[in-house]
Amino acid sequence: MTAAEDMPLWAAIIVSALVVIGALLALVGAIGFLRFRTFYERLHAPAIAASWGAGAIVIASMLYFTVSGGRPVVHELLIGLFITLTTPVTAMLLGRAALHRDRAEGNAGIPSDPIPYPVLDDKAKGDSRNTAP
Amino acid sequence: MTVLPYPLLWFCLTVMWLLLNGLTLGHTLLGAIVSLFACWSMASLRPVKPHIHRWYLLPKLFGIFLYDILRSNISLVRIILSKTGERRSGFVTVMLELRDPSALSMLAVIVTATPGSAWIEYESRSGKLLLHVLDLVDEESWQDLIKNRYEKLLMEIFE
Amino acid sequence: MSGVILYWSILSAQFILVLTMALVLYRVFRGPRAQDRVLGLDTLYVTAMLILLTFGIETGRDVYFEAALIIGLLGFVSTAALAKFIMRGEVIE
Repeated sequence: MTAAEDMPLWAAIIVSALVVIGALLALVGAIGFLRFRTFYERLHAPAIAASWGAGAIVIASMLYFTVSGGRPVVHELLIGLFITLTTPVTAMLLGRAALHRDRAEGNAGIPSDPIPYPVLDDKAKGDSRNTAP
Repeated sequence: MTVLPYPLLWFCLTVMWLLLNGLTLGHTLLGAIVSLFACWSMASLRPVKPHIHRWYLLPKLFGIFLYDILRSNISLVRIILSKTGERRSGFVTVMLELRDPSALSMLAVIVTATPGSAWIEYESRSGKLLLHVLDLVDEESWQDLIKNRYEKLLMEIFE
Repeated sequence: MSGVILYWSILSAQFILVLTMALVLYRVFRGPRAQDRVLGLDTLYVTAMLILLTFGIETGRDVYFEAALIIGLLGFVSTAALAKFIMRGEVIE
């Protein structure tokens, strides 16, 4: 911890606060993940950890290495960018997969399939496209 | 085939290479060459090329995105930590006019990255979007949010 | 002084993150359905990345950053593959 001892006090306090805030946000997300009753509600909970929970820790890491190294270190931005781009994609894929499964099993409380089955509909679609103004 | 099919992608990849390896002349050259090959292989996949018309609106979109994430983070923390279960969650359908694939994917990432709303399904023929909202007070305010806050701006940028 | 502050805050953040992982792991084991478990795994990956970042701050070394990036890449690809599998029953169509 030699680099940490040399840090100015203000930077140490900001870094500490950001790290703890980020960890607490991740914890709140996990609590929500446990408490929510349906899968679709649980889909929202990890978004907290992935957005500002990760953001706070990434900013803390950037600040720490910038101050202790004496030059701007921004490569943690890659992790932040990466998390904000990938977590929504997996959430979307899982949401669609869950919807697909729930529809296949005929569970209650799920909106009905908006896609009129394309195999049967192909001819009708072509016709309606021709007659449409 | 042009020498540099995706200048923006090439630039971003080179910057990423420099961030990972440190800013030296050798790494600048090496990164530029590696990203050039990456761009060529990307071009052989033939993805839809996005047409961004109004560059200057992108920072505004990014600002709105960050602000909304912060706001909904606070409200979601409040929801999770509150004891009472007086909260209704449900699905909302929105009819989108946006058709550009890159703009749609951007909207999907924005909506899902914001805690409290998740993009579940989009039907490209009719433009019908199915959202799941954690704290559903009324459907119209969500439809209004998607249509007026995000879709309008994205349409200005991309179409 | 600042060393003491940093040491304790990072230690407590690591404890909180481990507790987070334990809670998520409980959901992974309990289910009730496959999509809950996959979502739990994805959350575990993100939390593991955050823990590695705090290790990076604690030791002041770069290796943890690279490990976090690799975990992120592998986690994303595996979650996407698992989601595909849940939806269709096969990964490569």
